[in-house]
Amino acid sequence: MIAILALLLACQLAGEILARSLALPMPGPVVGLILLAIVLLAWVQRRPDLKGMLLDKVATFLVGGLGLLFVPTGVGVVQQLGLLGDYGVGIVLTLIISAVLTMLATVGAFLAVKRWTGKRP
Amino acid sequence: MNDPFALWVYLSSTPLLWLTVTLCVWVGADWLALKSGRNPLVNPVLLSIIAVGAVLLVTGTPYGRYFEGAQFVHFLLGPAIVAIAVPLVTNRRIVMENLLPLLGALLAGSVTAIVSVVLCGRLFGLPPDVLLALVPKSVTAGVAMGIAEQIGGSPSLTAVLVVLTGVTGAVLVTPIMNALKITDYAARGFSVGLASHGIGTARAFAVDPVAGTFAGIAMGLNAVLTSVLAPVLAAWLV
Repeated sequence: MIAILALLLACQLAGEILARSLALPMPGPVVGLILLAIVLLAWVQRRPDLKGMLLDKVATFLVGGLGLLFVPTGVGVVQQLGLLGDYGVGIVLTLIISAVLTMLATVGAFLAVKRWTGKRP
Repeated sequence: MNDPFALWVYLSSTPLLWLTVTLCVWVGADWLALKSGRNPLVNPVLLSIIAVGAVLLVTGTPYGRYFEGAQFVHFLLGPAIVAIAVPLVTNRRIVMENLLPLLGALLAGSVTAIVSVVLCGRLFGLPPDVLLALVPKSVTAGVAMGIAEQIGGSPSLTAVLVVLTGVTGAVLVTPIMNALKITDYAARGFSVGLASHGIGTARAFAVDPVAGTFAGIAMGLNAVLTSVLAPVLAAWLV
């Protein structure tokens, strides 16, 4: 368990160091994700199945609990109540319309490219 | 310490109290979500924010003091993003099969997220500083705050808008995709992860493991692409 946490944190730390020192346009944890994926891809060459490993369980726990991790940030809304009082309706409508358009554009492009590339042998 | 007020003054200044409140409220909210059969409207993130926010307002606790306790939960956001590598590698076959659709959707979605929020915000008369804070709203919290700082928006306002965006997408995705009769869970997951980062990813994992994996990929890729696009598009649009 501790070894798994150490592995995740080590990947994040290495990602942070790489992102800063090479001035990459991507955030440290995302570089850490790529590093861990490279390590795991090398690992599955020898032992093909990650399912059932402790790492898989910890990852499922962390990724499945992602919602909780956003609560402390979201509670920061108590500091923005004045602004929300002035522009709340506009902000909420903007977020709803933009979220719908973004999801439609994404899913539309995904299915269109899939159909287009699927036709060719 | 037999004066209840003195006890409160002591406890409310410790990280212990606010960490415990955050976890207990989450357990209750997640239980309600489960009881509702994971109804998209019963979103545990939104319920928790309302409940904890109400406690802070009623007790007059400043957000900074609350965050001293809640930061231990907040800290796990980084390792949780790294951990997405695991479902990514486990599902590598289906990911490789969908590589081109995934890249096309990433480009279309990332541009739409930024352009639509700025144009729509203008339509509703939002001031430029709010527009700048809105630009990275589809990107996961820590990264979005960094982008906001870079383009001249307020990171703390961005953080709140990011979470509101996340909840909005997580609530809307299931009804929209069902109405459109889209059954490709890779496509559904990718779209909610792109629009609503980690909160959308949590929703996707609650519905289907393949959807969750694609949502996680979308969250990671969109964080990268928005970091590149936001400064250019913000200078052009705002």
